[in-house]
Amino acid sequence: MWMLLLLPFVGLLWVPFYNFVEPSLLGFPFFYWYQFAWVPITSLLIWLVYRSRTPDSDETR
Amino acid sequence: MTDHIAWVALAIFIFFFALVTVMGFVAARWKSGPVNEHLDEWGLGGRQFGTWITWFLVGGDFYTAYTVIAVPALVYAVGAYGFFALPYTIIVYPFVFAVMPLLWKKAHAAGHVTAADVVQGAYGSRSLELAVALTGIVATMPYIALQLIGMEVVIKAMGLSGELPIVAAFVILALYTYSSGLRAPALIAFVKDIMIYIVVLTAVVVVPTKLGGYAAVFAAANDAFTAKGGATGLTLKPGQYLPYATLALGSALAAFMYPHTLTGVFASKSADTIRKNAILLPAYTVLLGLIALLGYMAHAAHIKVASPNDVVPMLFKELFPEWFAGFAFSAIAIGALVPAAVMSIGAANLFTRNVWKSYVNPDISHAGEAAVAKITSLVVKVGALAFILFLPTQFALDLQLLGGLWIVQTLPALVFGLFTNWFRGGGLLLGWAVGIGWGTWTAWHNGLKPLASISLGDASYSFYVGFGALLLNIVVAVLATIVIGLMSPAKRGAAVGS
Repeated sequence: MWMLLLLPFVGLLWVPFYNFVEPSLLGFPFFYWYQFAWVPITSLLIWLVYRSRTPDSDETR
Repeated sequence: MTDHIAWVALAIFIFFFALVTVMGFVAARWKSGPVNEHLDEWGLGGRQFGTWITWFLVGGDFYTAYTVIAVPALVYAVGAYGFFALPYTIIVYPFVFAVMPLLWKKAHAAGHVTAADVVQGAYGSRSLELAVALTGIVATMPYIALQLIGMEVVIKAMGLSGELPIVAAFVILALYTYSSGLRAPALIAFVKDIMIYIVVLTAVVVVPTKLGGYAAVFAAANDAFTAKGGATGLTLKPGQYLPYATLALGSALAAFMYPHTLTGVFASKSADTIRKNAILLPAYTVLLGLIALLGYMAHAAHIKVASPNDVVPMLFKELFPEWFAGFAFSAIAIGALVPAAVMSIGAANLFTRNVWKSYVNPDISHAGEAAVAKITSLVVKVGALAFILFLPTQFALDLQLLGGLWIVQTLPALVFGLFTNWFRGGGLLLGWAVGIGWGTWTAWHNGLKPLASISLGDASYSFYVGFGALLLNIVVAVLATIVIGLMSPAKRGAAVGS
């Protein structure tokens, strides 16, 4: 599961993958909405890892 | 920019400034503890901040006022390249999630207050501790100065000239930070962040409707960049790929090495508080991305400015009624106070624990630590103010750039020890020195630009100096650790792995 944390690095640091204008969404060129989309995706990925890990012994969950 | 004073805006500005000033002083009694008796109280707010307070505090000091001014300014000037702030503030959170809870646990177990404390605890090396502490202090000073620049820009936009307003604002900030410690910015951060959210969300809805929608905004920016030419545009030029990616990665690795962000980490209640914040803090990144777009909106609104830093204030003055512009300027100015306070506290903690206690008075009491830190926070702020008043603004910007590449050189010393006890203090110190030395030398010779180039065969690659220096730092630290291990196989009895 911890490997999920590497996905944002791959998705955002490999620039040729998203350096386009089309397809645009709601007026936003691809370059922009693609990077914006990674914000909730990253939160979600971290949350998944958070759910799957063994809690600290002193944590109340 | 017009010279007449915008009275309505100014009145609103003064109202909010007065409000946060009262809050700053009252904060001493908030979640109260003996502020003057222990550095944990003054410098870390009692180590008790839960998920929401930490969210507001770290959001408030990581996404600074200067960001609100400078990111749109860069996007206005060069386009897509200025957007590296977005990937930077996304990939920082997986890093925070994986690393910072471990750091918190180590600091909490041993009562560490600063990064340099943690390093000293892990390697038992006074010189490495001092290196980390001095790097933190030196990197923070120009960062505080930048917050002043952010405040100066909006004060100027309201028609006030001269340096008196900024001096007055900073003296007030210094006094309530002195009396309340970290509780002051933590409480004010609530006001600051809510105001910034209101301003930005209003702006990104209202401005495009006035300008014909986002498609029109991007089209106007595209026209402006086509006319301007050079390395500008709505997408990156091929030569900008590597600079963009390395700036994002290098900045992300540097972000939580700064004393002010680490102070937010150490002040939180539990490791889980930090994990939850790694999930929740990206909300501010959406905000930052939207703020960056203000740079394009300025093109659509046909705003022409002498200095790109005036883009945001001009946009609000042009497109909004004066009272809302005043509200926005207040948000930005208060947005400068929170990070400036936390930065001065972080630097003061470093000085107290790792310079004063280590070299001047090892037997200092807890109350004595708090007293030294309080005085230091005043000195640090006066220093930052002097910076702005007596040195050219460009000097602060250049030093801030160098500060970023310096602070990331403390990463191996601070972070690697959380995962392995293989490294030796001496090796990490040598890596730090080589990283700082090469990075500074290279940036200096490139006219203080953040990029360096290397040639491999026929091709030349540009990349962020700080990132390159970090790689060099790590290689040197590994090699030096191997050499030291061969020379003296027995490890010194440092408290490794505790």
